[in-house]
Order: sequence, then structure tokens, then C-alpha cells
Amino acid sequence: MSRASASIKAYDKLFQAAGWFTTMVGLFVLLVLFIDIFMDGYKRLSLDFLTSYPSRKPEQAGIFSAWVGTVWIMITTAMIAIPLGICSGIHLEEYARKNKLTDFIEINIANLAGVPSVIYGILGLGLFVRFMDLKRSVLAGALTLTLLILPVIIITTREALKAVPFSIREAAYALGATRWQTVRFQVLPAALGNIMTGIILALSRAIGETAPLITLGALTYIPFLPKNPISVSDQAPYVHVSAQGFLDPFTVLPIQIFNWVSRPQKGFLIDAAAGIMVLLLITLCMNGIAIYLRHKFQRRW
Amino acid sequence: MENLMEHEIQEKEQIRPGNPIAEAIRESVFSLQNLSSYYGTKKVLNEINLDIYGHSVTSLMGPSGCGKSTLIRCLNRMNDLIPSFSAQGKIIFKNTDIYSPNVDVTELRREVGMVFQKPNPFPKSIFENIAYGLKIKGISDRRLLEEAVEDSLKRSFLWEEVKDRLNDSAYSLSGGQQQRLCIARALAVKPEVILFDEPCSALDPISTAKIEELMFKLKEKYTLIIVTHNMQQAARISDTTAFLMMGELIEFGITKDIFTHPKHKTTEEYITGRFG
Ligand SMILES: Nc1ncnc2c1ncn2[C@@H]1O[C@H](COP(=O)(O)OP(=O)(O)O)[C@@H](O)[C@H]1O
Ligand SMILES: [Mg+2]
Repeated sequence: MSRASASIKAYDKLFQAAGWFTTMVGLFVLLVLFIDIFMDGYKRLSLDFLTSYPSRKPEQAGIFSAWVGTVWIMITTAMIAIPLGICSGIHLEEYARKNKLTDFIEINIANLAGVPSVIYGILGLGLFVRFMDLKRSVLAGALTLTLLILPVIIITTREALKAVPFSIREAAYALGATRWQTVRFQVLPAALGNIMTGIILALSRAIGETAPLITLGALTYIPFLPKNPISVSDQAPYVHVSAQGFLDPFTVLPIQIFNWVSRPQKGFLIDAAAGIMVLLLITLCMNGIAIYLRHKFQRRW
Repeated sequence: MENLMEHEIQEKEQIRPGNPIAEAIRESVFSLQNLSSYYGTKKVLNEINLDIYGHSVTSLMGPSGCGKSTLIRCLNRMNDLIPSFSAQGKIIFKNTDIYSPNVDVTELRREVGMVFQKPNPFPKSIFENIAYGLKIKGISDRRLLEEAVEDSLKRSFLWEEVKDRLNDSAYSLSGGQQQRLCIARALAVKPEVILFDEPCSALDPISTAKIEELMFKLKEKYTLIIVTHNMQQAARISDTTAFLMMGELIEFGITKDIFTHPKHKTTEEYITGRFG
């Protein structure tokens, strides 16, 4: 073996060790944080904690309105942001002509994805809460988070569409497909795995967002839930559909946690730790789903 | 060399409708008249005049970059997908110029199918790959689709190999099978003409032989046009051959004549392997 190749081998080893070390540092910090939170929070984590409203007494306080609020906000955000984002992405990638205007839009979307989230809160406060008079409702919160994640969804959609090889489009066009038939039945399905992965990651980021919702004026003490969209009663027509829930006030997990952390009593810190565990669990689950989807839809072309 | 080319450019005027080839074979399906084409301002086809005859195999031959793909992609207007592309002249198909403004391109592409260099099945099941062409025509009846899928797979000699696994991914097939699936997919929409752009260049010799055999059968019912790099292949399967160079149609005639006594020196040099 020559000297040169020996020293290349040594470098290789060195980088391997360095890589391993940095990875371990990251994992170690995460693990310490996790254990720390777990040690504090596990005592409080119970069904009771999940089904109790916030309270002045730490040992009675729970996250019922917070996690239900999070679910409301996330579902509403998803319902608005996913169709809007995918459609914009399809339009920009597959339909829009490349010109100055689309270049301009493209650059702006990329920039929007990097805007600090609190700015979106201020925008939401002015536009949705005040101007559209939605108050501090689920809808106002969801629209604000929609603005926050829309650029990410658009960019993900475009990247996913771009990754579909041109040969697939050619195959469809050669059979006499229109542009829409090509996009709708071949390109979009082929890109859907990547699109969904990106969307779930965007949503799981939005789930932890506190700043924009606090800026919006979301309340921290909510001893009730938004009105159920579907309720059953013993009076005709028995099943009632209502959109009132979207206009009800809400709180979300991160706000509740933030609120507890800022209290002086030790008991609330324990509540906060338990709340963080629930939030982490939800985020981990969503990331798990994203990883699963990525594997499931992984394609060879 | 310069002079030689010019000389030949003048001589290609002979290749026009009504020449002896046209009498020898049936009527023309495609008639290219002064076809020139450009990518931006770069001219890649120069005033091509060519008649392609029905129920035969025509091969387009020539060195890499001479415009074979560009020419074959004019015939189903696949070049429309490239924004910088433009064409001049006429391509008459069924008494209409396919580049005239009122032509429905999707209709044209149903009548003129295409098979590409690299097998490009959709990332779907074998069944769905073939059914797609019919679905976009508005056919949704399951029985009709099943019949069409079976019929197309039989025509492309793939049925026996895949009949028990129609719902498997098309990517589970070998390269040669994928290419025959692509042929079946093209057949399902009932075209009159099928264009092949180097369909075997990504395949092994056995798969290539199968595709050649298949083309031999298909020409009874369809008009086939094939771009090929492979001169033996052109000689084996085609009835007429067009030889292109640098965007010029140098020579067009019955394949046997082209290979045994080419009229032009450039053609001879090419087929004897002196360049290309
Ligand atoms: N999309 C394109 N844009 C610009 N030039 C192109 C494009 N496609 C092909 N060309 C050029 O046109 C010429 C003919 O290409 P092509 O038809 O692909 O040749 P062949 O199939 O005979 O190898 C080549 O010089 C090639 O570089
Ligand atoms: Mg080519």
C-alpha cells in the first residue's frame, strides 16, 4: 500500500470518528432534555390530566382544552392550507409560464418561508382578528398558521412535481392526454408521497408554534371546548351540524405550556413538563407518519 | 467534403411524391413537405421531403445529433412540449397538415402512438398502465378495459408472461418486458402509426430480438417508423430507410437498395462504418 492511500485511509477514519462524535452530541443533548422533562412530568401524566380543564390549583389543572384546541387548529389549518398549497404548487410548476412575474412570485415564496413566525402573528392580528372581525377564534388562528406554512407546502409540492421524471409526462402526452389529464392522473399521484411527507412535516412544525398565536391574542385560560361541528340530540333532525366551533375562542398546547412555565408555583412546572411530553409525542407521531409515507411511496423511476 | 454535401443536397430533390418508391409500395401515410425545424434559432432539420408508406417499417438512420429524434417527434407533435421548438413546412397526415392551427393534438397523438428510448411505464400496475390511455378517452367500463388490456398485451406478446400478475407494479417487469408493456400501452388506444425512437438501445440482445419480432408482426396492421442507431437492425426490420445527416435527408429508398448500392457517397461511407 502506498503512503498516499494510507493517509487517505487515515483521513477517512478521522472523519468517521468526527461524524460519529457530533451525531452523539446531538443525540445526547436530546436525551438529557427528554429525561429531564420525563422525570418532572411523568407523575402528572394521567387520563385525568388529559381530560381536565386548566385550573388555579396545579394538581387539578389539565390540558383538555389545550389538546382539543390543538386538534381543532391543526385540522382547520390542514383543510385550508393543503388544497391551497397543492393547487398553487401545481399551477406554478405545471401551468405558469416562466416570465418575470413568475420569477418574482417564486423568489417571494422562498423568502416568505423564512419570515419569523411572529410576523405572521402580527399580520393575522391585523387581517383576520381585526379587519375580518373573526375575533380570537379557531378560524383566525388556523388562517394565521395557514399563512405560515403555505410557502413551505407550495415549495414542497413544486419540488415533488419537479422530481417526477419528464419521461412520465412524455408517456402520458404521447397517449393523447391533455395537460390536466397528465398532471392529475400521472404526475400528481407520482409526487404525492413527497408532497404528503412535506405537508406533515410543515404541520408538525405548526403544531409547536406559539408566537404567532400569542400575538394573535389566543387566550391562555379556556375552560370550555369549541362547539362540536356535529352533535346529536333527541330532537328532530337529531343530527346537528354547526360551524360555530370555528368561531369559538381556543387555546393550544404550546400556549398552555408557556403559561404554566411562567407561573411561580412548582406544581405548574410539573404540569408544563407533562404537557411538553404530550406535545412531543404528537410531534413524534406525525414525523413517524411522514417517515412511513416517504418509505411507502419511495419510487424507482 | 463541402462540395460533396452540396451536390447531395441538390440531388435529394429527387425524393418527392410520385417517385418510383411510391409506386413500388402503397400510398403514403405521412407526407413531409419542406419540413424545417428549429430549437430557438438553431436549425436542426433542413427542408426535409419524405413520404412514409402504410403497413411498412421505415427506419430513420444517421449519426448521433443529426435530427432523427427531432424528425420523428414532429410526426406526433411531441416537440410541442419544448418551448423553443418551431417548425416550418408541412406534414400531411390524412389530408391535413398536422401543424395547421385547427388540429387537435391529443387526437393526433392517439392516432400516432410513440414508444421511447428508455422504457417509461407509469409508476402503476401493469393493468393501469394500459388502461390509462382508454380512461382518458372516457372509457370507464371495467369489462371494456379488461378486454382492451388483454387484447393489447396479446398483441405485444406479453400476455402469457403477465396474465397472472396484472396488478403488480410495472416496475417489477424486466427492461424488455417494460418496453413491450409500453408498446401494449400504445396499441391500446388503437393508433394507425407507431413511432419508435431507438426502442432497443437500452435492452439486451434477447429482448431486442423479441421487440424486432414483434415489430415484424405489427406492421401487418400498423405503420411503423423507427429511429435506430443500429444498421443491422435497420437492415433486418425495415422496408424503407431514410438516411439523415446534419439535419439533411441524404437518401431515402428501399432498405435493400440503400444497403446494397447506396446512391450517395456519404450513405455508403456511413453504412460501411467509415464514420458515425
Ligand atoms: N430540446 C432541445 N433544445 C435545443 N437543441 C436540441 C434539443 N433537442 C435536440 N437538440 C439539438 O438538435 C439536434 C438534433 O437532435 P436529435 O434530434 O435529438 O438528434 P438524434 O436523435 O439524431 O441524435 C442536436 O444538435 C441537438 O443538440
Ligand atoms: Mg435521438
